Amino acid sequence: MFPELSRDEILRYSRHLLIPEVGLEGQRKLKNSSALIIGTGGLGSPVALYLAAAGIGRIGLVDYDVVDSSNLQRQVIHGTSTVGKLKVESARDKLIDLNPDIQVDVYNEPFTSENALRIARDYDIILDGTDNFPTRYLTNDVAVFLGKPNVYASIYRFDGQASVFYAKEGPCYRCLFPEPPPPGLVPSCAEGGVLGVLPGTIGTIQATEALKLLLGIGEPLIGKLLLYNALDMTFDFVKLKKNPNCRVCGPNADIKELIDYEEFCGVPSHDHEEGSAGAGLDITVQELSERMKSNHLKLLDVREPHELEISALPNATNIPLGQLAARLSELDTADEMVIFCKSGGRSARGLELLVSAGFKKVKNLKGGINAWAREVDTNLPVY
Amino acid sequence: MPILRIPTPLRSYTSGQSEVNVNGGNISEALTDLTTQYPTIKPHIFNDGGELRPFVNLFIGENNIKDLQGVETPIKDGDRLVLIPSIAGG
Repeated sequence: MFPELSRDEILRYSRHLLIPEVGLEGQRKLKNSSALIIGTGGLGSPVALYLAAAGIGRIGLVDYDVVDSSNLQRQVIHGTSTVGKLKVESARDKLIDLNPDIQVDVYNEPFTSENALRIARDYDIILDGTDNFPTRYLTNDVAVFLGKPNVYASIYRFDGQASVFYAKEGPCYRCLFPEPPPPGLVPSCAEGGVLGVLPGTIGTIQATEALKLLLGIGEPLIGKLLLYNALDMTFDFVKLKKNPNCRVCGPNADIKELIDYEEFCGVPSHDHEEGSAGAGLDITVQELSERMKSNHLKLLDVREPHELEISALPNATNIPLGQLAARLSELDTADEMVIFCKSGGRSARGLELLVSAGFKKVKNLKGGINAWAREVDTNLPVY
Repeated sequence: MPILRIPTPLRSYTSGQSEVNVNGGNISEALTDLTTQYPTIKPHIFNDGGELRPFVNLFIGENNIKDLQGVETPIKDGDRLVLIPSIAGG
């Protein structure tokens, strides 16, 4: 019932064929199987590479981004020669070079409530390698509705999490996290950074789980959450139980179809730092440059101290966003102030905090110091 | 004294500490002690009504307090508590 292996394939997969748990039958099972990978970034890179190398017959890749040089510190499926190319095409070329016997289907589009069920329907398993909360909830709900396993992983700085959410046999993502964090409370990797090798460690665990599920061997991470910390080199496991009140997989589930996940999470479904605080609250770098020539403006830099070593504006006061609420007394509500960060996301949240504390003459620097480095002072690096 | 493990995203509110010793006979008291030691962490763990935020999970050993007695779950010396926030990076 499973497809035969060619002479070349038998040689290619010989190290698998030697393992009794895989063997010829298992390898044919893999050839007959399919996996959908959401995101071809830090996690998606090792996941796609290892699943392709392992001989999964059909791999689907969903991403709509283009390769940027700031991706290459961790997104090893791409390369310097593919900077500027579509990520799905860059990734497909690498996978086909690694294993020309597999089929790679690419979806150069955001994964949304409109297309997700159509895209995911024909795959055996789904691997969540996205970088934002809306797409994680969407991926979970799609997996629950289609009755497929969702091989989950997420990362931040030195921390990684991995699990298999499979509502038929255990909890889903929403059982553990019924609601997303309020917007801005949990920093993204674009804001907080990530150790480049971390998605390698965690992504290969994701790929391992996918292979085990497809082969039907071993103990899958269903009902267990792996917590990894690279600094302490600790692997902790905690037990996850099905939440009887889960809104998508519980007995009284009230969410029966895909919803608006950006609205649910209150954030956009991408990890590109948003540079705007909204109409009337922003100042552009050109405007700031003009204003600085004539009158005195207080500059408030809400980045972390180590970021100031990369780039800084002269005479700016540094109060990291996390300390701002506790250090408001250092600022004068009467001052005209421009608040900035790397790209404008953190400073927009800082501005909200200042406005609610009674500051009336504050503007957010749209695009942050990176926009300043691109458009005003090109001697400053962009990071 | 029970030990509370702090995940990376919240360490900026605990002066970089990865583990904090907390006093208390149950989870609620331990968390109150944590927020007394590190007041700026409070809004990241509790909502305005003083309840644990739904996206924050707290485990004793390998068990979620939601599967035990919630914040009333008793704790003892040497217990290892782990805070697990949702992270989304990929």
